[in-house]
Amino acid sequence: MQWLVLVIVVVMLTSAVAVLLLNDFLAALAALSVVSLGLSVLFVILRAPDVAMTEAAIGAGLSSLLFALALRRLGLWRRRGQ
Amino acid sequence: MQRLSSALFLLGLGLLIAAIFRGMEFGTAAPIVGQAINSAAAEQVGAANFVTAVVLGYRGFDTLLELTILFTAATAGGLVLGKRSPTAKRDPDAGFILQAGADLLFPLLVIVGLYIILHGHLTPGGGFQGGVILASAFFIPILARPGTRMSHAAVSTIEGLAGASFIFIGLLAMFGGEAFLTPLMDRGELGALLSAGSLPLLYLAVGLKVGSELAGLLTHLSESEAVD
Repeated sequence: MQWLVLVIVVVMLTSAVAVLLLNDFLAALAALSVVSLGLSVLFVILRAPDVAMTEAAIGAGLSSLLFALALRRLGLWRRRGQ
Repeated sequence: MQRLSSALFLLGLGLLIAAIFRGMEFGTAAPIVGQAINSAAAEQVGAANFVTAVVLGYRGFDTLLELTILFTAATAGGLVLGKRSPTAKRDPDAGFILQAGADLLFPLLVIVGLYIILHGHLTPGGGFQGGVILASAFFIPILARPGTRMSHAAVSTIEGLAGASFIFIGLLAMFGGEAFLTPLMDRGELGALLSAGSLPLLYLAVGLKVGSELAGLLTHLSESEAVD
């Protein structure tokens, strides 16, 4: 169990740093939802399924959608090459 | 200079958090309140999911304020986004695969969302989680076909009725001489679908309110004019 937690934490930290370093907004958004997804798995391991569901639905799903729509409204919804 | 101060701040924050977590073992917590609720909730509230017993039974007023916060945030979002000019051009419809996928996902997500809301007092989940799933269920068809309009009047009506019924159920308890939002009706058998008194009704109201509010906010955001 401890190894699983360690892997999840490393993945979360890596993608959290990636959010800061990536120039592509869409890729940063994807990395941000990876952080939320890892956090929801951690909540399941900590036996808090209610919080895990909230984190998965709101953190990984809805807030990414909100960010994506905000990017579209601001005109940043494009890959770097375009 | 700014980077140095940011680094110092981060270092201090890290040390503070490390100092707090040094004495805590992973996965354990101070169990005083939890034990009291675990031993009393099944008898007092009758919900098999104790989290629901806390959210709606012991802390119903907090949930009402949480709904208020969500409502305020959604209203402020709508205000900032403003109205769409009638000449603004719309995004083209998505391709066949996304459209067929949206048609397939819509009924599935509605059923999952309603299931999570209606079983909120039995299994993990409840009005907030199920409401978010309902909102995304109603938003996915709009992602596939941006030309379709969602009736904002109907969404606001559902939202208002759901919020009003939450408060009304709370007031019914006051008419019976109890405190605001005291769980009403028969507690029933622990673990049955029709148990825990008025908690499933409250969670249904919460789910419909959260779902319609977020669906309205998402469609409002997607209908707003994009900058090219």
